[in-house]
Amino acid sequence: MQGGCGLRVVGTRGWGLAGVRSAGRGVGPPRATAAEGKQTNRTQQMTPWLFSDKGIMCLKSNNIIFAYSDKMKSYRYVGMRLYSTSKTVDPKEMKTFKALAYKWWDEQGAYAPLHSMNDLRVPFIRDNLLKTVTNHQLESPLSGMKILDVGCGGGLLCEPLGRLGALVTGIDPLNENIKTAQQHKSFDPVLDKRIQYNACSLEDIVEETVETFDAVVASEVVEHVNDLETFIQCCCQVLKPGGSLFITTINKTQLSYALGIIFAEQIAGIVPKGTHTWEKFVSPEELESLLEPNGFLVQTITGMLYNPFSGYWRWTENTSLNYAAHAIKSSAPVETEEHHTKTPGIDGQEASQK
Amino acid sequence: MAACARLTRALLVPGATLGGPRLPGLRWLSGSVGPGQAVYDVVVAGGGMVGTAMACALGHNVHFRDKKILLLEAGPNKVLGKLPATYSNRVSSITPGSATLLSSFGAWDHICNMRYKPFRRMQVWDACSEALIIFDKDDLDDMGYIVENDVIMSALAKQLDAVRDQVEVVYKSKVISYTWPGPFLDAETSPWVQITLANGRQLQTKLLIGADGHNSGVRRASGIQNVCWPYDQSAVVATLHLSEPTDNNVAWQRFLPSGPIALLPLSDTLSSLVWSTSHEHAAELVSMEEENFLDAINSAFWSDASHTDFIDSAGSVLQYAFTLLQPTNSSARQLPPSVAKVDPKSRTLFPLGMGHAVEYVRPRVALIGDAAHRVHPLAGQGVNMGFGDISSLVRHLSRAAFNGKDLGTDYGLCKQINALLPGHCFEE
Repeated sequence: MQGGCGLRVVGTRGWGLAGVRSAGRGVGPPRATAAEGKQTNRTQQMTPWLFSDKGIMCLKSNNIIFAYSDKMKSYRYVGMRLYSTSKTVDPKEMKTFKALAYKWWDEQGAYAPLHSMNDLRVPFIRDNLLKTVTNHQLESPLSGMKILDVGCGGGLLCEPLGRLGALVTGIDPLNENIKTAQQHKSFDPVLDKRIQYNACSLEDIVEETVETFDAVVASEVVEHVNDLETFIQCCCQVLKPGGSLFITTINKTQLSYALGIIFAEQIAGIVPKGTHTWEKFVSPEELESLLEPNGFLVQTITGMLYNPFSGYWRWTENTSLNYAAHAIKSSAPVETEEHHTKTPGIDGQEASQK
Repeated sequence: MAACARLTRALLVPGATLGGPRLPGLRWLSGSVGPGQAVYDVVVAGGGMVGTAMACALGHNVHFRDKKILLLEAGPNKVLGKLPATYSNRVSSITPGSATLLSSFGAWDHICNMRYKPFRRMQVWDACSEALIIFDKDDLDDMGYIVENDVIMSALAKQLDAVRDQVEVVYKSKVISYTWPGPFLDAETSPWVQITLANGRQLQTKLLIGADGHNSGVRRASGIQNVCWPYDQSAVVATLHLSEPTDNNVAWQRFLPSGPIALLPLSDTLSSLVWSTSHEHAAELVSMEEENFLDAINSAFWSDASHTDFIDSAGSVLQYAFTLLQPTNSSARQLPPSVAKVDPKSRTLFPLGMGHAVEYVRPRVALIGDAAHRVHPLAGQGVNMGFGDISSLVRHLSRAAFNGKDLGTDYGLCKQINALLPGHCFEE
């Protein structure tokens, strides 16, 4: 699938028949911003293609090379994928984040709590990953590790992980976020080499990156996805056996409604309005019940607490507001000590017999 | 509260574009580093005792092994080829805490192999009364060490050379300008500090540490306010030979009406003089004959001419009252050794002043040593406070590096250090 024909992969099962369409440069769909219309982003070779009112972006497959010619022919893949984009990416969420795409790196701005959350989540990821290696070097503790940051936003978490030596791939469905992230890392030659960003969703890269990553990080993401089980299954597929999944998210409790939505969004403005929908919050029990049957062994679930006055986060026993979870992908059934009876079957079933 | 804070900020900076840049087509151009423009993680400006020690401490720190560090110094390399037989007239009193810092990166061993003098007791007394304080440690342990500044510099330079792969040093470099990024970063401006050297070389760094002394160029360029005033005093220093060899392990300091005079032990036969007095008297002392100079020193320590009867009797009444309330076994006043000779070229003087920067850290800049705080030498704490700065700054930077933080930003640096500011120099 290499060569001159402009093949664009579009996982748009849910959006109706698009058919064959030639998108010349001048044909700008309504939502395209000026930059995207003229975009010739060499590093990515992506062509933005926006459907009517969806901000869904650049769907790129790592193995398929796009030739960017004036007469673009596009074909829609039908039935090539197990999961389509629309299953996990929620277009309404994208709209909210699009408005804030340039505010990521203002440390006192809208995303200040996320900047300060790095004090918790970076050591959390670092220390749990260090447990899995025998000879780590303190100056570059994560060197040699490949990490996928799903929903990386502006790259707030990718950069510290990159500084610790990891090779980080950051993906986010919103093109503006990816641009912001790329712009920010480009000033630092070391990070420029260690981090790469793609504007796509998790399902789009699943097939090409099966069992590639040592760790997948989904921080403040699962409360925004549509189909959590699919998301977790994709995470499982891209992880190496024994790889780690790190999730931070918000619990679905009355307290989280009162503090997380009413206080944080509407009263104090700590979180931009409309960022979260309480119905999509995920409780640790629900998360565990989705992780275990899908090939994961949950290692830790710990609560996190944000102090809006000091701006700092801290760990806590209480998981009724924010919490972090660490799960490990079970190795192949034959190697796992926990399963004495080995029935041939998929990983998920094995794990649930624990 | 966070909303109020943000609102205030928005009002204070009227033109702030919290949104993105306006020109879509040009948005993402020129983002990367130009070829040949190295980006350093830390640049230390100033290669004195504190600056060199800072570069050493970072270079030897395990979390900084993959980081790029640069030290800029206007003077030449100070490694002593051979230890000169005569002692230098500039010495420092090093506290045990500073010795711990120096040994953490191996410089203290070099100092021990060169020369240093531990002292076990300090006697500080008054010229006008019987007031007296004696400092010593339990079991008469070493209270501190008198080390020549040249010896310290040489030891540091040796240890710096040991990590030359991590720490680049540019001697004889003069900095023309420092430029910090503006507060509102847009997509095209580099977020690093730009440094221009006199030879035209351009550098970029994520964190600039100013260790360039009390006339700090870094402090000036960064706009950090400095509260300072000159003392109307100069310090006269000299290397003195004692009349007879003695177990020279006491540091002596007497407060005269014109200023304190101190005798610091260098060896069993030599001591270093630091006499702070008015500018005129200091000039007189430096230019007078050797005999007269020695007489002046001996009488400054021995003579009771400044005593008056009134103060004496008032003092003894107060002393009696105190002993009623809390009996202590006060030791009698001891007299320092007398001096017989002065090293001919060792007499010199330098002016004294006080300075204190209003902030020690700001985004992408930190001040240490005399650039942050300049004090009178009477307590022998100047360089020790500088070493204390290094100790706490390296601790914070080390932790920040292990957490993958961008060293120069608010969360990487400022919030933690400024929270500690009031007490940090007394941590050790």
